[in-house]
Amino acid sequence: MEERLVMEKLLGLIEPFMDDPGLLKKAGRATHLIDDLQLNSAWLVDLIIKIEDLFDIEITDDDADAIQTIGNAVDVIQLKIRDRNSAAA
Amino acid sequence: MRHRVVVTGMGVVSPNAYGLSDFGDALRKGKSGIRFIPRLAELNFACRIGGIPDNFRSVCETRLSKKQRLNMSDNMAYASVAALDAWHDADLVIPEDEPDWDTGVILGCGISDTETIATIIVPAVTSGNVRRMGGRVVEQVMGSATSARVAGLLGLGNQVTSNSSACSTGTEAIVEASWKIRAGLAKRMVVGGSEAPSPFTWGGFDSMKVLSRKFNDDPEKGSRPMSATAGGFVPGAGAGVLILENLETAVARNARIYAEIIGGFVNCGGQRNGGTMTAPNHEGVCRCIQGAVIDAGIAPDMIDAISGHLTATFADPHEIKNWSMALGRGPADFPYINAAKSMIGHCLGAAGAVESIAAVLQIHQGFLHPSVNCEDLHPEIAEFGTKVVREYMEFPDLKVIAKASFGFGDVNSSVIIQKWNGS
Repeated sequence: MEERLVMEKLLGLIEPFMDDPGLLKKAGRATHLIDDLQLNSAWLVDLIIKIEDLFDIEITDDDADAIQTIGNAVDVIQLKIRDRNSAAA
Repeated sequence: MRHRVVVTGMGVVSPNAYGLSDFGDALRKGKSGIRFIPRLAELNFACRIGGIPDNFRSVCETRLSKKQRLNMSDNMAYASVAALDAWHDADLVIPEDEPDWDTGVILGCGISDTETIATIIVPAVTSGNVRRMGGRVVEQVMGSATSARVAGLLGLGNQVTSNSSACSTGTEAIVEASWKIRAGLAKRMVVGGSEAPSPFTWGGFDSMKVLSRKFNDDPEKGSRPMSATAGGFVPGAGAGVLILENLETAVARNARIYAEIIGGFVNCGGQRNGGTMTAPNHEGVCRCIQGAVIDAGIAPDMIDAISGHLTATFADPHEIKNWSMALGRGPADFPYINAAKSMIGHCLGAAGAVESIAAVLQIHQGFLHPSVNCEDLHPEIAEFGTKVVREYMEFPDLKVIAKASFGFGDVNSSVIIQKWNGS
């Protein structure tokens, strides 16, 4: 799945957690989920589950711990999709 | 110095109305909020009726942001909406950065969030899938779910806690908070109770055979406090929240004062002398009522009306006799008495709070609401018949109402509410 599409879907998952969804308009790879978007650790746990469901992937706890920015999340999602596709092939 | 405690704001989510204005109208009209509940029928409950706030989802959308509504259980949502409404009704401002260190919360429920436990936690844990529960389950099921959420919504920095004393919870919260303000430990308290509607909460009561089971075809007749044909309580849900404030602060900010809380008492019958986990020790009940009257510094004959606990079980006639004995007032000079549960059912942990709001409204507006469904008064209390308010009654001289709640565990709480006359 191309990065632009992954990013778009990811931002769609984040939006309900935002007090000010307008902040997402300026979001890019470097945007920090906690510092910039003000998600807390409990919301992050829920976000990971929503990512797993939407992209049909499994994110390990170690992978989840490494997700701090939107770019981190996009990279993990793309990697897991590739892993899943190659396993299926 | 003993600070005086006044009520300056209220918010209510009740089975028969949402919001103070509609709730007042519903009380006047004797409007029932009891309906047939299909889910209870599907689950083979003996009692298939209940009081559930109507159309609450759309109310929520107007009161809470999309993010605030995420992962919010019914219990938290009822409490949050009632608290926000009460805060705004008191004409208070939600602090932005600095918490309001002088205001606290005492807001509890009777039976926690069983719906989340049953539908999310139990399936996830028993299937070995804990990691899929997500990050928000604890905040929904913790005993302090509602007080914690309300403190965050309103930015409150004094004591924030949830009491739980079964069906006495809401009234107990009012008494506890009054004492805190009286002692000068807080200027203002957000107090009350809430309870969610769930078959997982109500099932235990159904199994105990304490719920009304003979009026499934005529729900509005199902909740029958003081009636000869009362056959158990109708489960209800909702929330009531009051803003209690010390008099000086309220006057200084020119707040509207609904009424004064002049006395309160909380105790337990110790499950002795007839008291058990589920039945009251009558001496405990009498001591609780008397304790509140003494605390208020009034003579028992100054009480104009009683807002009873009166659930529509076998205990109603005992309750009337306990009031009579505690106040030393027989049938001839007994105060008027009514039961809000006849319209809204028994809202468990929310009951004392919602019913206290009803009591404050009656004092503030000078009326007594009808106690419906007791045309056939229980024969054991026939001699009190003229004092049971069965029709809407204008009562401009209404000055003092006594409110009590009693709960499993043999626990009791009572408050004395007085009309505010400007000084």
